Amino acid sequence: MSSSQSGYVRSTMAEALPPPRSTTGVGAWMRANLFSTPVNSVLTIAGAALVIWLAVPLWNFLVADAVWSDPEGIRGEACRFDGVGACWIFIQARIKFFIYGFYPNAELWRVNLMFAIGVVLLIPLLTPKAPFVRTAAVLFFIVYPFVAYFLMAGGDLLGLGVVELRRVPTAEWGGLTLTLIISLIGIIVSMPVGILLALGRRSELPIVKTFCIAFIELWRAVPLITVLFMASVMFPLFTPQGADPDVLLRAIIGICLFESAYMAEVVRGGLQAMPRGQYEASQALGLSKVKTLGLVILPQALKHVIPGIVNTFIALFKDTSLVSIIGIFDLLNTVRAAGSDMAWRSPTHAVTGYIFAGFVFWIFCFAMSRYSIFMENRLHTGHKR
Amino acid sequence: MSVDTDNGLETDRPKMTVSSTEVAVEIVGMNKWYGDFHVLRDIDLKVMSGERIVIAGPSGSGKSTLIRCINRLEEHQDGQIVVDGIELTSDLKRIDEVRREVGMVFQHFNLFPHLTILQNLTLAPIWVRGTPKAEAEAEAMKYLERVKIPEQANKFPGQLSGGQQQRVAIARSLCMNPKIMLFDEPTSALDPEMIKEVLDVMVGLAEEGMTMLCVTHEMGFARQVANRVIFMDQGQIIEQNEPEEFFSNPQHERTKLFLSQILH
Ligand SMILES: Nc1ncnc2c1ncn2[C@@H]1O[C@H](COP(=O)(O)OP(=O)(O)O)[C@@H](O)[C@H]1O
Ligand SMILES: [Mg+2]
Repeated sequence: MSSSQSGYVRSTMAEALPPPRSTTGVGAWMRANLFSTPVNSVLTIAGAALVIWLAVPLWNFLVADAVWSDPEGIRGEACRFDGVGACWIFIQARIKFFIYGFYPNAELWRVNLMFAIGVVLLIPLLTPKAPFVRTAAVLFFIVYPFVAYFLMAGGDLLGLGVVELRRVPTAEWGGLTLTLIISLIGIIVSMPVGILLALGRRSELPIVKTFCIAFIELWRAVPLITVLFMASVMFPLFTPQGADPDVLLRAIIGICLFESAYMAEVVRGGLQAMPRGQYEASQALGLSKVKTLGLVILPQALKHVIPGIVNTFIALFKDTSLVSIIGIFDLLNTVRAAGSDMAWRSPTHAVTGYIFAGFVFWIFCFAMSRYSIFMENRLHTGHKR
Repeated sequence: MSVDTDNGLETDRPKMTVSSTEVAVEIVGMNKWYGDFHVLRDIDLKVMSGERIVIAGPSGSGKSTLIRCINRLEEHQDGQIVVDGIELTSDLKRIDEVRREVGMVFQHFNLFPHLTILQNLTLAPIWVRGTPKAEAEAEAMKYLERVKIPEQANKFPGQLSGGQQQRVAIARSLCMNPKIMLFDEPTSALDPEMIKEVLDVMVGLAEEGMTMLCVTHEMGFARQVANRVIFMDQGQIIEQNEPEEFFSNPQHERTKLFLSQILH
């Protein structure tokens, strides 16, 4: 029964077939994603042409034709020839000015120290589940502003005559430092003020409600430039002689109030999306109105509007560049001022400066955007029912 | 208007004792309007401690509004509501006191979606009663075990089924050790297969002597645990009776019509 070989049974393994051409490999991927239909093929080719058309001159300007070093120390002259690309030596030469403005050279360590402390405190605040969050929050929001101010402005610490730093008037602050200071203060102030305004706008007390609506609508209806002009030109007319607050302080106050009004509307959007059941469940448990807001409503409402909040932060960060109009030397203004320096007469150094400024703004805004996406994902707690 | 609470029924269910002296909720001549709309009319209701009351009636008859008046989620304009000896007025301190004694379970659960189950349960004990966190968590786990979902403690509400969410909502109320529990159609938003798990928890509560006011159309539940069924229509209490009488011998035309619709 058995040793007879059946002609139908293979004695060796059949050779494996090659994979179907259409599912693997670069060619197949391109066929599926780029050339699946005639229209897609045309779009792909047109898109590729556009990229090449843009990329080549961009590469030439930024890299190939750019001036990267200035061994002879001739500054603008090094960039003064036909077909010159980006004048990077301009950035190299003036980077200190772009970062610190007119801050005295010998005192720059104070600015660096201020940044270092700020970063050390911000890391636990921005990292989920980091230890010492509460300590870091107290230090950052309550202690740090005073430390930072003392480091930047100098003077006699607490008037004790023990620690004394050279005074640096705010007119000498500038550059990226100032841009960051203004933005950070704007962000930190506009958030709580905006929340209070949003809550006030929904208040049952007519006076509070009217005040909040009036405040929000007033500030939102005025362009920020107008606010800044008012702060720098009009405001001193109304204050008694001598009691003339610093122009930087006035600009910062203007920005904070302006951004608070915007923030209030973003937060209000989140509050309006909260179902009534959440208030009721919380109150039925005996939580007071304030605790209901703080523990149940706001955490959810703010989470819903993280994209809107970060959008406002990003807009605020970029809007700070408007302070250059009232003579404050933020990053953009230092770049502009350095660009008009006679020693740097060249076709491209000014453009290079603006590219640099734009890139710095972009880095910060992009980081904020990515961080917000990260937070949204982390705070996502399962689908709603 | 209140029925005799020491009726014969109690002898069948020795576990569920009703106090004959201690009043949990007393409502006298209460009226409520929404603008011009007279939503509750001349409500008189006395609930003794340990009573289990089922409130039934057509949609829009004011059942929810009535029980929401008892913990002041809604304000009444006329008459008196006394809960556990405290009269409800606009005095916020009294409202807080009442809410600490009265638990409420909603049709749509209303869990806090940004908090874990355990945090949902400990929020009020920690922030209202000032219970230390560890103690509140131990207590919360006890109640989660009682509603049979301790393993879900660290999940978020959005990850639970409807029946599980409603059981969490009941446990959340119980964590505040309420003397009175209000239920507003606790099973109406649930799929049929989940209704029983929630009703079982409620039956368990009743057996432990909790004072309960339930708006529900679960007539089986009413038969099993209620010692009084109240029928409402158009903002009025039309009739109230012990369940057997109520179902077998309804007095009013509207009650008969309603029962014929609900029991098909
Ligand atoms: N906030 C409100 N404003 C105005 N009318 C309301 C409000 N809440 C409920 N009502 C009305 O009151 C009546 C009773 O509502 P409700 O107590 O929810 O009835 P039920 O729970 O018996 O279905 C309904 O006609 C409803 O439309
Ligand atoms: Mg209802």
